[in-house]
Amino acid sequence: MAGIQISSVAKRFGAVAALNDVSLTVGQGEFIALVGPSGCGKTTLMRIVAGIESADAGRILVGGRDVTRSRAADRDIAMVFQSYALYPHLTVAQNIAVPLAMRRLSGADRLPLLGRFLPGAARRRAAIAQDVAAVARSLGLEAMLDRRPGQLSGGQRQRVALARAIIRRPAAFLMDEPLSNLDAALRVQTRREIVDIHRAAGVATLYVTHDQTEALTMADRVAVMMAGRILQVATPEEIYADPQDLRVATFIGSPRINTLAAEAGADGVVRLAGEAVGLVATPGPLTLALRPEDLWIAESGIAATAEAVEFLGESVLLHARHASGEPVILRLPPEAPRPRPGTALRLGFDPARALLFDAAGRRVAAHAPAERALV
Amino acid sequence: MSDAVLPLRRAAPIGEALAGLMLTAPAAIAYAVMLLLPTLAAVALAFTDYELGMPGFAWIGLDNFSELLADRGFAVSLRNTVIYVGIVTPLSIALGLGAALLIEAGIRGRALFRAVFFLPVVSLTVAMAAAWQYLLHPTIGPLNAALRRLGIADPPFWLSSSDWVLASLAAIGVWENLGYTMVLFLAGLTAIPRELYAAAQMDGARRAVDRFRLVTWPLLGPTTLFVVTITLIRSVRVFDTVAVLTQGGPNRASEVLLYTMYREGFTYLRLGYSAAITLVFLVIVLGLVWLQTKALDRKIHYG
Repeated sequence: MAGIQISSVAKRFGAVAALNDVSLTVGQGEFIALVGPSGCGKTTLMRIVAGIESADAGRILVGGRDVTRSRAADRDIAMVFQSYALYPHLTVAQNIAVPLAMRRLSGADRLPLLGRFLPGAARRRAAIAQDVAAVARSLGLEAMLDRRPGQLSGGQRQRVALARAIIRRPAAFLMDEPLSNLDAALRVQTRREIVDIHRAAGVATLYVTHDQTEALTMADRVAVMMAGRILQVATPEEIYADPQDLRVATFIGSPRINTLAAEAGADGVVRLAGEAVGLVATPGPLTLALRPEDLWIAESGIAATAEAVEFLGESVLLHARHASGEPVILRLPPEAPRPRPGTALRLGFDPARALLFDAAGRRVAAHAPAERALV
Repeated sequence: MSDAVLPLRRAAPIGEALAGLMLTAPAAIAYAVMLLLPTLAAVALAFTDYELGMPGFAWIGLDNFSELLADRGFAVSLRNTVIYVGIVTPLSIALGLGAALLIEAGIRGRALFRAVFFLPVVSLTVAMAAAWQYLLHPTIGPLNAALRRLGIADPPFWLSSSDWVLASLAAIGVWENLGYTMVLFLAGLTAIPRELYAAAQMDGARRAVDRFRLVTWPLLGPTTLFVVTITLIRSVRVFDTVAVLTQGGPNRASEVLLYTMYREGFTYLRLGYSAAITLVFLVIVLGLVWLQTKALDRKIHYG
């Protein structure tokens, strides 16, 4: 299978395990976003795939070829760095041409003056210049080919970095938070462009980010990573609606998913502060997790006190507090009545959308009980 | 309202200017007394026939300089200086860069090697010259002993042969300057972003020499320019090793610019003539500094 295959990779820095038996497959033409909080090991994993860092254990396959022991230059991978890593002394055109020059020209060809007079060098250089012009055109960089990176804006530098990555048609792209140095408006626009470039190239792309919005909007599949482990790999929809781990549920979604301590009794009925909530699960302590948009103000249900209201335009956030002291956030339509702070509320929810996690944070099945089990 | 404010405004600059003058005065006075006046005095002296101990002097215009042009000794001294600089500058820069690259790439003993190479810079040359005199001694020196053991029956008399003395002094000069250039290059190397090396690897720069050509050398540009000028100036200024080890000999083979100046001024007491040599030296150094600023403006900064 083509694309990138990462199998059982481990990496330690001294006593710290940065990566713990990480496996992930990026299919041919697939875009996977690797998302997680800073320090979770996602950049380390990317650098290991790139060949800049070596793994302590495990294997890396690119395009079906085992590259675990290959040097970065021999892996047929291109990478876009967070800092863009452009060569400051080269013009935009020269920067974009570097990957081709390194592969198509010999060391002697690249000598400053002598190189021009070697047989075939002129022809090879002309071919490179043509390729550079084509890539520059596709990214709208023609006007700045003779400038230096220092004379470009952040967005333009980012494009140059992208151009340098795509010019040699690698088997896979790696992108290390390429949007984190752009302002918010440009980020939204560039998100789309990167996805388009990925589609046009049709190669496996591994995209590292700490920004869940980027991950959800751009990726075919999202891999959530924490503390050196990949917790779940799934489509954005599944990651959001069907998280398999409490840490995934709390990391993805803004505002954060509401979590309430609950318990399933010996009869399996899930109770929140002693009140049955209309769910049945295996007995034991549980966490009940509910997205803000899955809660509403009802006649009966979870008892809470309203605290504050935030108007967001397309919706309103109601900050409330559960009787146990845990905060609860509701996303309400903007036209909904807004309770005054201090009002006692009852919150309803659809049991089918409620998520239950066991004491270890693993997702457990929640069933709607038979009619008579409802108290 | 403006009437009420204006006098205040007018008063403030005078007080500010005064404070400014008072605050800059110590530095300005020190600069004038220690640097500007002596330099001007030397320039003035260069146009006189003043000799130390003489009751008076006469303005002789450019006579000192025409004498310099005709002076065989000065020509030899200038030529020796150029040769010395021509050996010491490129060698201490190349070796300093090499040492810096090796230390930067090394895993162990970085601090140790840094200290070892930097030691000559902080040590007293006059004192170290004694060690060199012993090392290079024709009969009892370890260098010649080693050469003899290697089968060279008749090793050179390093400091007392007119063929070898300049090369020997240049070798000591390289030893003195190498640590300095190395430290400057080390500082320049740490300023190069690590990411660029990673990017170079991804871009296909397989060999270390490819990465050196693509990243290290161009990004060291500003450092190299500075190192070149500073090393040129430091080697033009060579004096102490010559004064201690050879006194310009044998037969003027190691006579360099500053030593000639010293000899004219303090042995023959011809201060006017000596000042003329100083002026030539000053012009060379200022020329180098001017070249550096020109090059800095022109190139090698990447904005």
